[in-house]
Amino acid sequence: MSDPDGGSPDDTAPTNDGGRFDRLPETAADREVAGRASREEVLDWWETRFGIGREVLGGYGFWEKGAGKVWVFNGEAADPSPVEAIGMTFLRTRQEHWKPTTRAVQRFGSHATRNVVELGSERASRFVAGEDQDLPEWDGDWGYLIVSHRIAGASAPIGVGLYLHGELRSVVPKGSRADLPVLEE
Amino acid sequence: MNPLDRYEPLVDDVDAFRAACDRPLPSVVRTNRIKASPDRVRDAFETEGVAHDPVGWHDGIFRLPDGNPGGNWPHAHGWTHGQEEVSALPALALDPRPGDRVWDACAAPGSKTTQIADLMDDSGTVVANDNNLGRLSALRHNAERLGVTNAIVTNQDARNFSLKPLAFDAFDRALVDAPCSCEGTCRKNPDVLEQWTMDHVHGVAGIQKGILTRAIQATRPGGTVVYSTCTFAPEENEAVLDHALAAEDCEIVGVDLPLETAPGVTEWDGETYDESVTRARRVYPHHNDTGGFFCAKLRVGGSEVAR
Ligand SMILES: C[S@@+](CC[C@H](N)C(=O)[O-])C[C@H]1O[C@@H](n2cnc3c(N)ncnc32)[C@H](O)[C@@H]1O
Repeated sequence: MSDPDGGSPDDTAPTNDGGRFDRLPETAADREVAGRASREEVLDWWETRFGIGREVLGGYGFWEKGAGKVWVFNGEAADPSPVEAIGMTFLRTRQEHWKPTTRAVQRFGSHATRNVVELGSERASRFVAGEDQDLPEWDGDWGYLIVSHRIAGASAPIGVGLYLHGELRSVVPKGSRADLPVLEE
Repeated sequence: MNPLDRYEPLVDDVDAFRAACDRPLPSVVRTNRIKASPDRVRDAFETEGVAHDPVGWHDGIFRLPDGNPGGNWPHAHGWTHGQEEVSALPALALDPRPGDRVWDACAAPGSKTTQIADLMDDSGTVVANDNNLGRLSALRHNAERLGVTNAIVTNQDARNFSLKPLAFDAFDRALVDAPCSCEGTCRKNPDVLEQWTMDHVHGVAGIQKGILTRAIQATRPGGTVVYSTCTFAPEENEAVLDHALAAEDCEIVGVDLPLETAPGVTEWDGETYDESVTRARRVYPHHNDTGGFFCAKLRVGGSEVAR
């Protein structure tokens, strides 16, 4: 791994090992692996971005495998863990704008209090099919949003949208897109 | 030869058995309570116009007469999982509790792992293992779609499974949903009957014995092991239990299943098995209009240790 600060090549600072899961450090001050998000930063991000607080996520553990992929886990695991998966993929870090996963948003997004766009039924069907659409009426933040619709008497998150320049892009992964009927409102 | 012929002496009503085996199976989905309640799933099916019938014996399981279990909104939200009715039995027999440490030894593609996680309220730890990496990727996809956060996925041969990568050294419960000859799935996949061979039965029985004994060893004294297959072959069912009873400190205990079942058999093809295998349950297709199944619950010997 190259060291941006020009450290010597035999530098023994721990690096991210893409072959195993490591628990995120508690705070930035505990960080040993360069670039790794801390648990506090992850919790703060969900709180700031979506209003999903520690009362929802505080009981979970967060783990990194591969550069920037953070997983959410609710069980007991050894640290590090040389296994195939721990819990579910949750958040993409180590990039300027962190990006929640579709499944994380479906799992926890109903607790969100901001940056949620609730689509009407016709738009919801287009969104889950992977279509981008104009959304000039949105006056909230730009960037990654939780996209939801009304179904069976309540709002339910469908996935992640990317809002830029008046357009809502569907970032529903290819394998999860579907042609679904427009629900009667 | 049609392997179903050999099981005729075991069933109460041969004609009904054969007729049921010839009928295709309806699509069935299980509610994933990690994300939604059965009421909410039913409401959503109604709004969307998806035909659905309750199975009667479980409020979270629905038959979909028009098929296509993956083509509706509840599926897209991860509120449902397509899973045959009988396939829901082993996790119910295992009866895992929130906070437990559970091993699913042959877990892919994860129908039972995700049901176990649901029964644990997605807390505690379920270790989902399979020796087939391709099938494990299907398991991971299912676990993510259903929002399971308490699973660890491992890729080992279950016969010599090592707990070293884990944070604990024994399980409270283990499920062995073993690889088998699968005649019980003939209503979904009639090819299994053509591919059936006696050599395969004997080969796979050896693997089943290896996995079940490892599961018993890896479970704490007083813990629970469930053994299940979708075959009618006593060589792969009662004979495997009989082997485990002789090799390991364990006993077969009764299990209440919410469907009509028949007891395990103690005699087959010149062999006799321990009397307690009658506590195991056989599910024949004509009894409840389902697939075929076998399920036994074992208690690991020794005195219970609190952790
Ligand atoms: C009946 S299927 C399991 C179905 C799964 N429990 C479910 O509910 O979705 C049996 C599985 O055992 C796996 N298997 C076969 N031999 C194995 C072994 N020695 N160790 C671990 N898994 C094995 C197969 O790859 C297959 O996925």
